[in-house]
Amino acid sequence: MSAPVWPALLGRFAWDSLPFVRAWQNPTINELIGAGAAAMVVVGVVFVVLLLTRLDRWRWLWSKWLTSLDHKKIGILYVVIALVMLARALVEANLMRLQQAVAIGNPGFVAPEHFAELFSTHGSIMIFFMAMPFLTGLINYLVPLQIGARDVAFPLLNAIGLWLTGAGAALMMVSLVIGRFSTGGWSGYPPFTEIGFNPGVGPDYWIWAVTLGSIASTLTGINIAVTIYKMRCPGMTLMRMPLFAWTSLCTAILMIFAMPPLTIATALLALDRYLGFHFFTNALGGNMMNYANLFWMFGHPEVYIVVLPAFGIYSEVVSTFSSKELYGYTSLVIATMAIAVLSFTVWLHHFFTMGQSPSINAAFGIATMTIGVPTGVKIYNWIWTMFRGEVRFTTPMWYALAFMMTFVLGGLTGIILAFPPLDYVVHNTLFLVAHFHNMLIPGTLYGMLAAYTFWFPKAFGFRLNERWGRISCACWVLGFYLAFMPLYVLGAAGMARRTQAVMETAYRPWLYVAEIGALVLFFAFAALIVQLWVSIRQRDANRVFPGDPWDGRGLEWSTSAPPPEYNFARRPVVDQPHWFFDAKRKEAPYAPPAEYHDIEMPRNSAVAPIIGIASGAVGFALVWHIWWLAILGMLVVIGTVIARSFVRDTHRIIPARAVERTERGWLEAVAKARPIPREIETSPANQGVALVTR
Amino acid sequence: MDRERRILNRAAALLVALPLLLGGCAALKLGVMNHAGPVAADEWHVYLILAVVLIFVAGPVLLLVPLIAYHYRISNKGDAFRPDWGFSWPLEILIWLPPIGIVIGLSVLLWSATHRLDPYRPLPANLPPIEVQVVALDWKWLFIYPDEHVAAVNQLAIPVGRAVHLSLTSGTVMQSLLIPQLAGQIYAMAGMRTHLHLAASRPGVFRGENTQFNGGGFHEQTFDVIALQPPGYRRWLTRVRAARHPLDSRALARVTSRSVAPRPDFFSSVPPGLFEHLMTASTQDHAR
Repeated sequence: MSAPVWPALLGRFAWDSLPFVRAWQNPTINELIGAGAAAMVVVGVVFVVLLLTRLDRWRWLWSKWLTSLDHKKIGILYVVIALVMLARALVEANLMRLQQAVAIGNPGFVAPEHFAELFSTHGSIMIFFMAMPFLTGLINYLVPLQIGARDVAFPLLNAIGLWLTGAGAALMMVSLVIGRFSTGGWSGYPPFTEIGFNPGVGPDYWIWAVTLGSIASTLTGINIAVTIYKMRCPGMTLMRMPLFAWTSLCTAILMIFAMPPLTIATALLALDRYLGFHFFTNALGGNMMNYANLFWMFGHPEVYIVVLPAFGIYSEVVSTFSSKELYGYTSLVIATMAIAVLSFTVWLHHFFTMGQSPSINAAFGIATMTIGVPTGVKIYNWIWTMFRGEVRFTTPMWYALAFMMTFVLGGLTGIILAFPPLDYVVHNTLFLVAHFHNMLIPGTLYGMLAAYTFWFPKAFGFRLNERWGRISCACWVLGFYLAFMPLYVLGAAGMARRTQAVMETAYRPWLYVAEIGALVLFFAFAALIVQLWVSIRQRDANRVFPGDPWDGRGLEWSTSAPPPEYNFARRPVVDQPHWFFDAKRKEAPYAPPAEYHDIEMPRNSAVAPIIGIASGAVGFALVWHIWWLAILGMLVVIGTVIARSFVRDTHRIIPARAVERTERGWLEAVAKARPIPREIETSPANQGVALVTR
Repeated sequence: MDRERRILNRAAALLVALPLLLGGCAALKLGVMNHAGPVAADEWHVYLILAVVLIFVAGPVLLLVPLIAYHYRISNKGDAFRPDWGFSWPLEILIWLPPIGIVIGLSVLLWSATHRLDPYRPLPANLPPIEVQVVALDWKWLFIYPDEHVAAVNQLAIPVGRAVHLSLTSGTVMQSLLIPQLAGQIYAMAGMRTHLHLAASRPGVFRGENTQFNGGGFHEQTFDVIALQPPGYRRWLTRVRAARHPLDSRALARVTSRSVAPRPDFFSSVPPGLFEHLMTASTQDHAR
C-alpha cells in the first residue's frame, strides 16, 4: 500500500485504494475486473443523476418518495434496494462459478484475495441487503393492508429503518469503488478478521455495513410487531389474520431477539479492531469461540427470519390459486410459532466441529431435526390446500410448486447435516454451500419472486407479463438444479468451500455443470428485467385499477390498485377470516360508506434521509479513520433526533372531500369493469374484478 | 418446431448426463464414499441408514405435489371442488404424528452415532495409538511425531491398521482439518488443543485439507496422508531421520511464516515441547 494522501483530512486513503489506479499500475484481468465493477457503480450513479436531472424529477423524487412516510412507498423502496443488490450479488456468483470452472489446475483469472472479496460480498449482500430488504419491503407494503390499518405503528421509525438499510447497502457499493471489501466471508469469523491478520479496510467495511443493516432490522422488527399487536382493524382477531401477517409477526419477533447478538458481535469485533480490545483475538484471553456463539445466535434465527415470510407468501399464493381455503390454518399458525421458538435452540449445529462433548452435539442435532417436523407439516398443509381445489398454474403458483419439490430436498440434506458424525465429513465443504442455497433459493428467493408477481398489480395497478414471468421462473428452477446439485457431489467428494483454484481435476465435470447453472440463473434475472420492461410498455392493456385481479382473499384486495395513500376510506370491520372473499360471494363488497371523514396521515419528513446519510457517512469515516467526519456525522444524527422530538406538527389532514372524490372514482371503475372468470385471469380481459358465483 | 424441441431436449439431457459418463464418479472416489478406515466407514454406514429413512420422508411430498396439483387443475371439471374445506382431524394426525415418530427414531440413531463417532474417543485397539501433533499454519500443516522426534510439513504418514491420535492446535487463525476418506473434520484453534482419532484400513494416498478459509494460500493448503504397511512406515521414519535436517529456529521461522509450501518438507529432529510452545506462542503476541 502506498502512503496516505492527506491523513488529517482523508484518513488512511491512498491513491492505490482506487481500483482504477490499481488497474492502471498493474493491468491484469483481475485488476481490470475490479476497475470494471467500480466503473459500473460510478456510471450507474452518474446515469441515474443525469436521468433525474434531464426529466426534472428531483423534486418529485424527494417529496413523493424519499421523504414519504407512507408504508407502501417505503416497502417499494426496500424492494428496489433488494433488486439492485440482487443484480450485483448474482454477477459476483457468476464470476465465482466461472473462476472455479476455469481454475482447475491453474490460477484462473481472479486472484485469491479478490475471490475472497467476491464470496464475502456475495454472502453479505444476499443475506443483509437482498433477502432482508426484500422481505422487509413486502411486510411493510402488505401487513398494514392485510390487517386493515392505515399505516404502521411508527411511520418515522419505519423510514429510518429503510434509510439505515440503504446506508449499509451504499457502503457495500462504495467498497467497490474505494478500497477493498473483507475477505472473511459473510460470517466474518475472527481471529482472521482481527487487526493482526487483516489490518486493511475490508473487515471494517463489513463491520459497519452489517451493523447498519442489523440496527435497521431491529427497528423494523419492533415496528412490525407493534403494528400487528396494536393496529388491527375491529374484528381482526389474531386468529383471523392472513397467514402472511402471522409469519410477519413471527419474523418480527425473531428480528427483535436475534439481531442484537449480531450487533453486539460486530460491535465487540470493532472494539478489538479500533481500540485494542481482546474479545476474539488469539492473545490476552480473547476467544473466537465466543464470536461463533454470538454470531450463530443471530445466524440461525436469521435463517427463519428470511424463510418464514416466504412461508406466509406461499400460504396466500397456494390458497388463492387453488380457489380454496387454506388447509389447517390453526396448525400452520402453531407450526410457524413452533419454528420461531425452536430456531433459538439450534445455533450450535453451525460448529459441531469445534470439539465440544458428544452429548452437547447430539442434543443440538436432535433439536435441529425437531424443526423439520413443523416445517414438514407446512408442506403438507399446502398440499392439502390444493386437494379438492381448482388449481391455476400462474407464475406465483409455479414458484410455489417448485418451492415445495425443491425445499424438501434441502430439508433432507439438512437432516444429514444435523447428524454430527455426518456434519464432520461435509461441514465447510460445497455440500454445505449446496444445502443452504437449496433452502434459501426456493425458501426465500422463489417466495419473494412469487410475492413480487402476485402483489405487483396491487402496488402498481397493472399485471406483469405472464409469459416472461414463466420463462424467468423456469430459469430460476432449472438454473438452481444445474448450479447446486453438482455442489452436493463436490462436497461429498471433499471439495472445500471458498476455494479460489481447484487442484483436483476429478472435480472438473461437476464444476462445468455448475457454471452452466450459474449462467441460467443469470438469464433468469435478465428475464425478470425483460418482464418488467415489457409489462411497463403494455401496462395500458393490463390495468386492474379496481384492485382484485386474482379473486383474492385478504383485505389488501378490497382496495384499488394501487391503494390510496390512506389505504381504507373507512376502517374495515371484519367478522371472519378472509372477510373480503366471502363478502364477494354473499354481500356487496364494494358498497360505498355512508359518509366520508377527514383522515389524518403522517406528514413527510426529511429526518430519515438525514439520519441515513449521516449514518452512512459515519460508517465510511470509521472505515477510513476520517475522525472529523465520524464525529460530525454522529453529531448530525444525534442533533436530528433531538430536533425532531420538538416538532409538534407531524400530521396532515386529508379532507373528507378529497377522500370522497378518490373513492367515487374507484367505485365507478369497479362498476364499469367486466367481472371475469378465473380461466382468463392472465389475459387482458382481467380488469381487476372477479366473477363469483353466489 | 416439435422436432426441434425434441432435439434440443435430447441435447440438454446429454449435456446433463455427460459429466456422469465422463468421470463424475472419479470425484466421489476422493470422498467418504470411498472410505479407507473404520471411522469413515462407520460414518458412511450411518449415512446409508439415514438415506433409506429419508426416502420415506421426501417420497410422499415429491409424489403428492405434482399429482394433486395436476389432478385438481381448474380445467379438470370432473372433480370434487370443496372451496370451504379446510380441516380434518384424521389428516391432521397423519401429518403430525409420522414426522414426530421418524424424528424420535432418528434421534436414537443420532445419539448413539454421535457418541460412537465422537472424534475425541480413542479407537478400540490392542496397541496404543500413534501420537501425532498437528499445527495449523498459514498455509500449511505441520505434523509432529513426538515419540519419534521427527516432523513433516504437508505430509502425514501413518501405518495401516494402527489407531492414530491427532492433537491439533493452530499457530495462526482458526482452521479445520479434514481427511474425507479417513475421518471427519475438527477445528484447530490457537491456544487450544482439539483431538481426532482415526485409522487407515488399507494402504494408499488420501487427500487431506484445510476447509476453513484463512487467506490467500487457502486453496493450496492440502496434504497427502500416506498409509503404509508397518515396515514401510518404519522405513519412512528412518528416511526422515536420516535426512539430518532439524527443525531448528531458522527452519521454524520459515515454516511459521505466511507462505505456501510448494512440496512436503521433512525434519529429522524437533525441539521437545514444540507443540505446546506453538500452541501458546500465538496467544502471547499482543498484535494478534
